[in-house]
Amino acid sequence: MTADWERVGSAFFNPVAIEAIAPRLLHAAGNTVVYTAAAFAVGLALGLVLALMKLSTVRVYRVIATGYIEFFRGIPALLVVIAFGYGVPAAFDIRFDSIILQIAIALGVVSAAYIAETLRAGIQAVPKGQVEAARSLGMSATATLARVVVPQAFRIVLPPLTNEAVLLLKDSSLVFVLGLTPDTFELTRLGRGALSQAGGGLTSILAVGVMYLLITIPLSSLTRWLERTTGYKGHV
Amino acid sequence: MSTSTPGPVVEIAGLHKSFGEREVLRGIDLTVRQGEVVCIIGASGSGKSTLLRCINLLEQPTAGTIHVLGTEVTDRDVDIDRVRTHVGMVFQQFNLFPHRSVLENCTLAQRQVLHRSKAEAEAVAMKNLEHVGLADRANSAPGQLSGGQQQRVAIARALSMDPALMLFDEPTSALDPELVGEVLAVMRTLAEEGMTMLVVTHEMIFAREVGDRVIFLDDGVVLEEGPPDQVLGAPREERTQAFLRRVLDPTHIDPT
Repeated sequence: MTADWERVGSAFFNPVAIEAIAPRLLHAAGNTVVYTAAAFAVGLALGLVLALMKLSTVRVYRVIATGYIEFFRGIPALLVVIAFGYGVPAAFDIRFDSIILQIAIALGVVSAAYIAETLRAGIQAVPKGQVEAARSLGMSATATLARVVVPQAFRIVLPPLTNEAVLLLKDSSLVFVLGLTPDTFELTRLGRGALSQAGGGLTSILAVGVMYLLITIPLSSLTRWLERTTGYKGHV
Repeated sequence: MSTSTPGPVVEIAGLHKSFGEREVLRGIDLTVRQGEVVCIIGASGSGKSTLLRCINLLEQPTAGTIHVLGTEVTDRDVDIDRVRTHVGMVFQQFNLFPHRSVLENCTLAQRQVLHRSKAEAEAVAMKNLEHVGLADRANSAPGQLSGGQQQRVAIARALSMDPALMLFDEPTSALDPELVGEVLAVMRTLAEEGMTMLVVTHEMIFAREVGDRVIFLDDGVVLEEGPPDQVLGAPREERTQAFLRRVLDPTHIDPT
Protein backbone atom coordinates (compact mmCIF):
# COMPACT_ATOMS: atom_id res chain seq x y z
CA MET A 1 0.00 0.00 0.00
CA THR A 2 1.41 3.34 -0.92
CA ALA A 3 0.33 6.40 0.97
CA ASP A 4 -1.40 9.11 -0.89
CA TRP A 5 0.95 11.83 0.23
CA GLU A 6 -1.20 14.56 -1.14
CA ARG A 7 -4.10 13.43 1.02
CA VAL A 8 -1.90 12.98 4.04
CA GLY A 9 -0.67 16.49 3.50
CA SER A 10 -4.08 18.04 3.29
CA ALA A 11 -5.33 16.01 6.28
CA PHE A 12 -2.50 16.87 8.65
CA PHE A 13 -0.65 19.83 7.29
CA ASN A 14 -3.33 21.91 5.70
CA PRO A 15 -1.94 25.44 5.44
CA VAL A 16 -5.38 27.01 5.37
CA ALA A 17 -6.32 25.26 8.61
CA ILE A 18 -3.06 26.25 10.24
CA GLU A 19 -3.60 29.82 9.29
CA ALA A 20 -7.09 29.71 10.72
CA ILE A 21 -5.97 28.34 14.10
CA ALA A 22 -2.55 29.97 14.46
CA PRO A 23 -3.61 33.31 15.96
CA ARG A 24 -5.40 31.56 18.79
CA LEU A 25 -2.86 28.81 19.45
CA LEU A 26 -0.64 30.85 21.68
CA HIS A 27 -3.52 32.19 23.72
CA ALA A 28 -4.90 28.67 24.23
CA ALA A 29 -1.46 27.40 25.15
CA GLY A 30 -1.26 30.19 27.69
CA ASN A 31 -4.59 29.12 29.16
CA THR A 32 -3.43 25.51 29.33
CA VAL A 33 -0.32 26.56 31.24
CA VAL A 34 -2.26 28.81 33.60
CA TYR A 35 -4.86 26.11 34.36
CA THR A 36 -2.15 23.55 34.94
CA ALA A 37 -0.05 25.82 37.13
CA ALA A 38 -3.04 26.87 39.23
CA ALA A 39 -4.21 23.27 39.65
CA PHE A 40 -0.68 22.15 40.48
CA ALA A 41 -0.39 24.82 43.17
CA VAL A 42 -3.62 23.55 44.75
CA GLY A 43 -2.50 19.94 44.34
CA LEU A 44 0.89 20.61 45.90
CA ALA A 45 -0.47 22.48 48.92
CA LEU A 46 -3.28 20.02 49.56
CA GLY A 47 -1.00 17.08 48.74
CA LEU A 48 1.54 18.19 51.33
CA VAL A 49 -1.16 18.43 53.98
CA LEU A 50 -2.44 14.96 53.04
CA ALA A 51 1.08 13.50 53.05
CA LEU A 52 1.72 14.86 56.54
CA MET A 53 -1.66 13.56 57.69
CA LYS A 54 -0.83 10.16 56.30
CA LEU A 55 2.45 10.16 58.26
CA SER A 56 0.80 11.47 61.40
CA THR A 57 0.71 9.50 64.61
CA VAL A 58 -2.93 10.49 64.94
CA ARG A 59 -5.02 7.68 63.57
CA VAL A 60 -7.95 9.87 62.51
CA TYR A 61 -5.67 11.95 60.28
CA ARG A 62 -4.27 8.85 58.66
CA VAL A 63 -7.72 7.43 58.01
CA ILE A 64 -8.99 10.68 56.48
CA ALA A 65 -5.91 11.04 54.26
CA THR A 66 -6.07 7.43 53.12
CA GLY A 67 -9.77 7.73 52.34
CA TYR A 68 -9.22 10.91 50.37
CA ILE A 69 -6.34 9.47 48.38
CA GLU A 70 -8.12 6.22 47.56
CA PHE A 71 -11.27 8.08 46.52
CA PHE A 72 -9.72 10.64 44.22
CA ARG A 73 -7.18 8.25 42.74
CA GLY A 74 -9.88 5.71 42.08
CA ILE A 75 -12.31 7.76 40.03
CA PRO A 76 -11.74 9.36 36.63
CA ALA A 77 -10.69 12.99 36.84
CA LEU A 78 -13.41 13.78 34.32
CA LEU A 79 -16.07 12.88 36.89
CA VAL A 80 -14.54 15.26 39.40
CA VAL A 81 -14.42 18.06 36.86
CA ILE A 82 -18.06 17.46 36.00
CA ALA A 83 -18.92 17.47 39.69
CA PHE A 84 -17.17 20.80 40.18
CA GLY A 85 -18.81 22.16 37.06
CA TYR A 86 -22.36 21.36 38.06
CA GLY A 87 -22.86 19.38 41.24
CA VAL A 88 -20.75 21.29 43.71
CA PRO A 89 -21.92 24.80 42.80
CA ALA A 90 -25.55 23.67 42.91
CA ALA A 91 -25.23 21.65 46.08
CA PHE A 92 -23.29 24.18 48.11
CA ASP A 93 -24.56 27.30 46.42
CA ILE A 94 -21.05 28.32 45.51
CA ARG A 95 -20.46 30.48 42.51
CA PHE A 96 -16.97 30.38 41.16
CA ASP A 97 -16.18 33.91 40.13
CA SER A 98 -13.20 32.84 38.14
CA ILE A 99 -12.98 29.91 35.78
CA ILE A 100 -9.32 29.57 36.73
CA LEU A 101 -10.20 29.06 40.37
CA GLN A 102 -12.86 26.55 39.45
CA ILE A 103 -10.42 24.60 37.29
CA ALA A 104 -7.64 24.86 39.86
CA ILE A 105 -9.82 23.31 42.53
CA ALA A 106 -11.41 20.66 40.33
CA LEU A 107 -8.12 19.40 38.92
CA GLY A 108 -6.16 20.23 42.08
CA VAL A 109 -8.17 17.98 44.38
CA VAL A 110 -7.50 15.04 42.06
CA SER A 111 -3.85 15.86 41.61
CA ALA A 112 -3.43 16.23 45.39
CA ALA A 113 -4.21 12.53 45.83
CA TYR A 114 -1.31 11.52 43.60
CA ILE A 115 1.04 14.23 44.86
CA ALA A 116 0.33 13.23 48.48
CA GLU A 117 1.62 9.71 47.87
CA THR A 118 4.67 11.03 46.04
CA LEU A 119 5.49 13.45 48.85
CA ARG A 120 4.92 10.83 51.52
CA ALA A 121 7.42 8.54 49.85
CA GLY A 122 9.88 11.44 49.58
CA ILE A 123 9.54 12.38 53.23
CA GLN A 124 10.05 8.77 54.27
CA ALA A 125 13.15 8.58 52.08
CA VAL A 126 14.92 11.25 54.15
CA PRO A 127 17.20 9.35 56.55
CA LYS A 128 16.03 9.10 60.16
CA GLY A 129 19.40 10.45 61.28
CA GLN A 130 18.48 13.83 59.80
CA VAL A 131 15.49 14.09 62.10
CA GLU A 132 17.54 12.92 65.08
CA ALA A 133 20.26 15.47 64.37
CA ALA A 134 17.76 18.32 64.16
CA ARG A 135 15.79 17.21 67.22
CA SER A 136 18.95 16.72 69.27
CA LEU A 137 19.80 20.36 68.54
CA GLY A 138 16.55 21.30 70.25
CA MET A 139 14.56 21.96 67.09
CA SER A 140 10.84 21.29 67.40
CA ALA A 141 9.16 18.59 65.35
CA THR A 142 7.58 21.27 63.18
CA ALA A 143 10.82 23.18 62.59
CA THR A 144 12.58 19.89 61.82
CA LEU A 145 9.95 19.05 59.25
CA ALA A 146 9.98 22.49 57.64
CA ARG A 147 13.71 23.18 57.68
CA VAL A 148 15.31 19.76 57.38
CA VAL A 149 12.94 17.05 56.12
CA VAL A 150 10.70 18.74 53.55
CA PRO A 151 13.52 20.56 51.68
CA GLN A 152 15.36 17.27 51.28
CA ALA A 153 12.20 15.35 50.43
CA PHE A 154 11.32 17.94 47.80
CA ARG A 155 14.56 17.28 46.00
CA ILE A 156 13.98 13.53 46.08
CA VAL A 157 10.47 13.89 44.64
CA LEU A 158 11.29 16.40 41.90
CA PRO A 159 11.31 13.81 39.10
CA PRO A 160 8.03 12.10 40.12
CA LEU A 161 6.55 15.53 40.77
CA THR A 162 7.35 16.50 37.19
CA ASN A 163 5.39 13.45 36.15
CA GLU A 164 2.42 14.74 38.10
CA ALA A 165 2.75 18.12 36.42
CA VAL A 166 2.82 16.55 32.96
CA LEU A 167 -0.18 14.36 33.75
CA LEU A 168 -1.99 17.40 35.06
CA LEU A 169 -1.15 19.36 31.93
CA LYS A 170 -2.84 16.69 29.86
CA ASP A 171 -5.76 16.44 32.29
CA SER A 172 -6.35 20.14 31.76
CA SER A 173 -7.97 19.05 28.48
CA LEU A 174 -10.86 17.74 30.58
CA VAL A 175 -12.07 21.18 31.58
CA PHE A 176 -14.05 21.50 28.35
CA VAL A 177 -16.99 20.09 30.29
CA LEU A 178 -17.10 23.31 32.29
CA GLY A 179 -18.33 25.10 29.19
CA LEU A 180 -15.46 27.26 28.12
CA THR A 181 -15.82 30.38 26.05
CA PRO A 182 -13.46 30.91 23.10
CA ASP A 183 -11.51 33.25 25.31
CA THR A 184 -10.95 30.57 27.94
CA PHE A 185 -10.29 27.69 25.50
CA GLU A 186 -7.32 25.60 26.37
CA LEU A 187 -5.40 23.75 23.67
CA THR A 188 -7.49 20.60 23.25
CA ARG A 189 -10.77 22.50 23.20
CA LEU A 190 -9.35 24.86 20.59
CA GLY A 191 -8.10 21.98 18.47
CA ARG A 192 -11.41 20.13 18.61
CA GLY A 193 -13.34 23.27 17.83
CA ALA A 194 -11.21 23.95 14.80
CA LEU A 195 -11.63 20.40 13.49
CA SER A 196 -14.82 21.09 11.65
CA GLN A 197 -13.63 24.37 10.25
CA ALA A 198 -11.63 25.09 7.14
CA GLY A 199 -11.65 21.52 5.90
CA GLY A 200 -8.18 20.97 7.24
CA GLY A 201 -8.76 17.44 8.43
CA LEU A 202 -6.72 16.75 11.56
CA THR A 203 -4.38 19.65 11.08
CA SER A 204 -5.61 21.53 14.12
CA ILE A 205 -5.12 18.45 16.32
CA LEU A 206 -1.58 18.08 15.08
CA ALA A 207 -0.87 21.75 15.75
CA VAL A 208 -2.25 21.45 19.26
CA GLY A 209 -0.20 18.31 19.89
CA VAL A 210 2.95 20.15 18.91
CA MET A 211 2.04 22.92 21.35
CA TYR A 212 1.71 20.38 24.19
CA LEU A 213 5.17 19.07 23.40
CA LEU A 214 6.55 22.59 23.32
CA ILE A 215 5.38 22.89 26.93
CA THR A 216 6.21 19.44 28.31
CA ILE A 217 9.71 19.08 26.91
CA PRO A 218 11.03 22.31 28.46
CA LEU A 219 9.33 21.21 31.69
CA SER A 220 11.61 18.18 31.81
CA SER A 221 14.63 20.40 31.28
CA LEU A 222 13.41 22.64 34.06
CA THR A 223 13.29 19.64 36.39
CA ARG A 224 16.81 18.65 35.53
CA TRP A 225 17.93 22.22 36.15
CA LEU A 226 16.11 22.32 39.50
CA GLU A 227 17.68 19.02 40.50
CA ARG A 228 21.08 20.48 39.79
CA THR A 229 20.52 23.76 41.58
CA THR A 230 18.37 23.08 44.65
CA GLY A 231 20.90 21.10 46.63
CA TYR A 232 23.58 23.14 48.32
CA LYS A 233 26.59 22.99 46.05
CA GLY A 234 29.15 25.05 47.88
CA HIS A 235 32.43 26.25 46.52
CA VAL A 236 35.62 24.51 47.38
CA MET B 1 19.19 25.68 83.83
CA SER B 2 22.79 26.81 83.58
CA THR B 3 26.21 25.28 83.29
CA SER B 4 26.92 26.04 86.92
CA THR B 5 24.22 23.67 88.15
CA PRO B 6 25.50 22.52 91.51
CA GLY B 7 24.20 18.94 91.18
CA PRO B 8 25.46 16.31 88.78
CA VAL B 9 25.08 16.96 85.05
CA VAL B 10 23.51 13.57 84.44
CA GLU B 11 21.89 11.36 87.03
CA ILE B 12 20.43 8.06 85.92
CA ALA B 13 18.62 5.74 88.29
CA GLY B 14 17.14 2.33 87.58
CA LEU B 15 17.02 2.88 83.82
CA HIS B 16 15.33 0.16 81.81
CA LYS B 17 14.69 0.17 78.08
CA SER B 18 12.96 -2.52 76.05
CA PHE B 19 12.39 -2.75 72.33
CA GLY B 20 9.34 -4.95 72.20
CA GLU B 21 10.24 -8.17 73.96
CA ARG B 22 13.94 -7.46 74.01
CA GLU B 23 15.25 -5.70 77.11
CA VAL B 24 18.31 -3.73 76.07
CA LEU B 25 18.96 -1.84 79.31
CA ARG B 26 18.32 -3.69 82.53
CA GLY B 27 18.71 -1.28 85.42
CA ILE B 28 21.40 1.33 84.85
CA ASP B 29 22.57 3.73 87.54
CA LEU B 30 25.00 6.37 86.45
CA THR B 31 26.06 9.81 87.64
CA VAL B 32 28.15 12.20 85.60
CA ARG B 33 29.59 15.25 87.31
CA GLN B 34 30.47 18.53 85.71
CA GLY B 35 33.66 18.45 83.65
CA GLU B 36 33.84 14.68 83.73
CA VAL B 37 34.64 12.61 80.65
CA VAL B 38 32.96 9.24 80.90
CA CYS B 39 33.68 6.63 78.26
CA ILE B 40 31.21 3.82 77.73
CA ILE B 41 32.61 0.63 76.26
CA GLY B 42 31.12 -2.76 75.59
CA ALA B 43 30.33 -5.26 72.88
CA SER B 44 27.90 -4.39 70.12
CA GLY B 45 24.38 -4.96 71.35
CA SER B 46 25.34 -4.32 74.96
CA GLY B 47 23.13 -1.22 75.05
CA LYS B 48 25.78 1.53 74.88
CA SER B 49 24.12 3.63 72.20
CA THR B 50 20.68 3.10 73.67
CA LEU B 51 21.90 4.37 77.03
CA LEU B 52 23.28 7.50 75.39
CA ARG B 53 20.13 8.05 73.34
CA CYS B 54 17.94 7.78 76.42
CA ILE B 55 19.70 10.77 77.95
CA ASN B 56 18.35 13.21 75.36
CA LEU B 57 15.23 11.14 74.86
CA LEU B 58 15.96 10.01 71.31
CA GLU B 59 14.83 6.77 72.93
CA GLN B 60 12.04 6.82 75.46
CA PRO B 61 13.05 4.87 78.58
CA THR B 62 10.75 2.05 79.69
CA ALA B 63 11.40 2.61 83.38
CA GLY B 64 13.65 4.58 85.69
CA THR B 65 14.53 8.25 85.98
CA ILE B 66 17.04 10.45 84.21
CA HIS B 67 17.94 13.93 85.37
CA VAL B 68 19.88 16.15 82.99
CA LEU B 69 21.17 19.45 84.38
CA GLY B 70 18.65 19.23 87.17
CA THR B 71 15.65 18.60 84.91
CA GLU B 72 13.94 15.24 84.96
CA VAL B 73 13.70 14.27 81.30
CA THR B 74 11.71 11.15 82.16
CA ASP B 75 8.95 13.43 83.47
CA ARG B 76 6.01 13.23 81.06
CA ASP B 77 5.66 17.01 80.96
CA VAL B 78 9.30 17.81 80.35
CA ASP B 79 10.08 20.45 77.73
CA ILE B 80 12.56 18.17 76.00
CA ASP B 81 13.44 20.67 73.26
CA ARG B 82 14.65 23.02 75.97
CA VAL B 83 16.80 20.35 77.60
CA ARG B 84 18.22 19.29 74.24
CA THR B 85 19.52 22.79 73.49
CA HIS B 86 21.93 22.22 76.39
CA VAL B 87 22.93 18.72 75.31
CA GLY B 88 25.00 18.36 72.15
CA MET B 89 25.00 15.06 70.31
CA VAL B 90 27.45 13.69 67.77
CA PHE B 91 26.40 10.68 65.73
CA GLN B 92 28.29 7.82 64.18
CA GLN B 93 27.02 8.81 60.71
CA PHE B 94 27.62 12.58 61.26
CA ASN B 95 24.07 13.41 60.06
CA LEU B 96 25.01 16.79 58.66
CA PHE B 97 22.24 18.51 56.72
CA PRO B 98 23.29 17.87 53.12
CA HIS B 99 21.15 20.65 51.67
CA ARG B 100 22.87 23.31 53.76
CA SER B 101 26.39 24.69 53.74
CA VAL B 102 28.81 23.90 56.54
CA LEU B 103 28.16 27.33 58.02
CA GLU B 104 24.38 26.93 57.75
CA ASN B 105 24.61 23.55 59.44
CA CYS B 106 26.05 25.41 62.41
CA THR B 107 23.63 28.35 62.34
CA LEU B 108 20.27 26.66 61.60
CA ALA B 109 19.39 25.62 65.16
CA GLN B 110 20.94 28.75 66.65
CA ARG B 111 18.57 30.83 64.56
CA GLN B 112 15.55 28.54 64.93
CA VAL B 113 15.84 27.59 68.57
CA LEU B 114 17.93 30.22 70.31
CA HIS B 115 16.60 33.01 68.05
CA ARG B 116 20.04 34.48 67.61
CA SER B 117 20.52 37.10 64.92
CA LYS B 118 22.12 36.00 61.67
CA ALA B 119 25.29 37.91 62.49
CA GLU B 120 25.56 36.49 66.00
CA ALA B 121 24.82 32.93 64.86
CA GLU B 122 27.45 33.18 62.15
CA ALA B 123 30.00 34.60 64.56
CA VAL B 124 29.39 31.72 66.99
CA ALA B 125 29.49 29.19 64.14
CA MET B 126 32.75 30.55 62.79
CA LYS B 127 34.31 30.50 66.24
CA ASN B 128 33.43 26.84 66.60
CA LEU B 129 34.44 25.95 63.05
CA GLU B 130 37.77 27.55 63.79
CA HIS B 131 37.94 25.47 66.94
CA VAL B 132 37.66 22.26 64.91
CA GLY B 133 40.02 23.64 62.24
CA LEU B 134 37.48 24.05 59.45
CA ALA B 135 36.79 27.78 59.29
CA ASP B 136 38.07 27.79 55.70
CA ARG B 137 35.38 25.28 54.67
CA ALA B 138 32.43 27.32 55.95
CA ASN B 139 30.96 27.70 52.47
CA SER B 140 31.50 24.12 51.38
CA ALA B 141 28.73 21.57 51.09
CA PRO B 142 28.96 18.70 53.58
CA GLY B 143 29.28 16.27 50.69
CA GLN B 144 32.52 17.91 49.61
CA LEU B 145 34.21 17.09 52.91
CA SER B 146 35.96 13.93 54.06
CA GLY B 147 34.35 11.85 56.79
CA GLY B 148 36.70 13.22 59.41
CA GLN B 149 35.95 16.79 58.35
CA GLN B 150 32.22 16.10 58.37
CA GLN B 151 32.42 14.76 61.88
CA ARG B 152 34.36 17.82 63.01
CA VAL B 153 31.64 20.01 61.49
CA ALA B 154 29.07 17.95 63.38
CA ILE B 155 30.98 18.69 66.59
CA ALA B 156 31.11 22.41 65.72
CA ARG B 157 27.38 22.32 64.98
CA ALA B 158 26.65 20.86 68.41
CA LEU B 159 29.04 23.27 70.15
CA SER B 160 27.38 26.24 68.48
CA MET B 161 24.41 25.74 70.81
CA ASP B 162 26.74 26.28 73.80
CA PRO B 163 25.90 22.92 75.36
CA ALA B 164 26.70 21.99 78.94
CA LEU B 165 27.01 18.32 78.02
CA MET B 166 28.18 16.54 74.91
CA LEU B 167 27.11 13.03 73.93
CA PHE B 168 29.28 11.15 71.43
CA ASP B 169 27.78 8.02 69.90
CA GLU B 170 30.69 6.09 68.38
CA PRO B 171 31.95 9.25 66.66
CA THR B 172 34.84 7.57 64.86
CA SER B 173 33.33 4.18 63.99
CA ALA B 174 32.31 5.19 60.47
CA LEU B 175 35.66 6.77 59.64
CA ASP B 176 38.59 5.49 57.64
CA PRO B 177 41.41 4.70 60.07
CA GLU B 178 43.57 7.60 58.94
CA LEU B 179 40.76 10.07 59.68
CA VAL B 180 40.07 8.91 63.23
CA GLY B 181 42.91 10.92 64.74
CA GLU B 182 41.68 14.37 63.70
CA VAL B 183 38.30 13.78 65.33
CA LEU B 184 39.78 12.35 68.53
CA ALA B 185 42.14 15.34 68.72
CA VAL B 186 39.20 17.73 68.64
CA MET B 187 37.46 15.69 71.33
CA ARG B 188 40.57 15.68 73.46
CA THR B 189 40.83 19.48 73.25
CA LEU B 190 37.19 19.73 74.20
CA ALA B 191 37.76 17.50 77.22
CA GLU B 192 40.78 19.53 78.28
CA GLU B 193 38.68 22.68 78.14
CA GLY B 194 36.41 21.16 80.75
CA MET B 195 33.45 19.99 78.68
CA THR B 196 31.33 17.34 80.33
CA MET B 197 31.33 14.41 77.93
CA LEU B 198 29.76 11.00 77.60
CA VAL B 199 31.50 9.01 74.91
CA VAL B 200 30.45 5.66 73.51
CA THR B 201 33.60 4.41 71.85
CA HIS B 202 35.78 1.56 70.75
CA GLU B 203 38.87 3.76 70.90
CA MET B 204 40.56 2.31 73.96
CA ILE B 205 43.53 4.64 73.76
CA PHE B 206 41.22 7.64 73.82
CA ALA B 207 39.29 6.17 76.75
CA ARG B 208 42.52 5.56 78.61
CA GLU B 209 44.15 8.91 77.96
CA VAL B 210 41.18 11.28 77.95
CA GLY B 211 38.53 9.50 80.01
CA ASP B 212 38.12 10.22 83.70
CA ARG B 213 36.06 7.12 84.13
CA VAL B 214 35.31 4.06 82.02
CA ILE B 215 32.09 2.12 82.16
CA PHE B 216 31.89 -1.40 80.81
CA LEU B 217 28.38 -2.22 79.73
CA ASP B 218 27.49 -5.86 79.33
CA ASP B 219 24.09 -7.15 78.35
CA GLY B 220 22.28 -4.06 79.54
CA VAL B 221 23.97 -3.61 82.90
CA VAL B 222 27.05 -1.76 84.13
CA LEU B 223 29.35 -4.67 84.83
CA GLU B 224 32.43 -2.71 85.74
CA GLU B 225 33.18 0.93 86.35
CA GLY B 226 36.20 2.89 87.45
CA PRO B 227 39.27 4.86 86.42
CA PRO B 228 40.52 3.95 82.92
CA ASP B 229 43.75 2.46 84.21
CA GLN B 230 41.85 0.07 86.38
CA VAL B 231 39.01 -0.94 84.03
CA LEU B 232 41.18 -1.11 80.92
CA GLY B 233 44.48 -2.03 82.54
CA ALA B 234 43.44 -4.40 85.28
CA PRO B 235 39.83 -5.39 84.77
CA ARG B 236 38.31 -7.37 87.61
CA GLU B 237 35.46 -8.97 85.73
CA GLU B 238 36.11 -11.95 83.55
CA ARG B 239 33.78 -10.66 80.81
CA THR B 240 35.57 -7.31 80.75
CA GLN B 241 38.86 -9.12 80.32
CA ALA B 242 37.43 -11.21 77.48
CA PHE B 243 36.02 -8.12 75.76
CA LEU B 244 39.28 -6.21 76.01
CA ARG B 245 41.19 -9.17 74.67
CA ARG B 246 38.91 -9.28 71.64
CA VAL B 247 39.23 -5.53 71.04
CA LEU B 248 42.91 -5.07 71.71
CA ASP B 249 44.16 -8.28 70.17
CA PRO B 250 41.61 -9.19 67.50
CA THR B 251 43.83 -11.67 65.67
CA HIS B 252 44.04 -13.98 68.66
CA ILE B 253 40.39 -14.50 69.37
CA ASP B 254 39.51 -17.70 71.06
CA PRO B 255 36.63 -18.85 68.83
CA THR B 256 34.74 -20.23 71.80
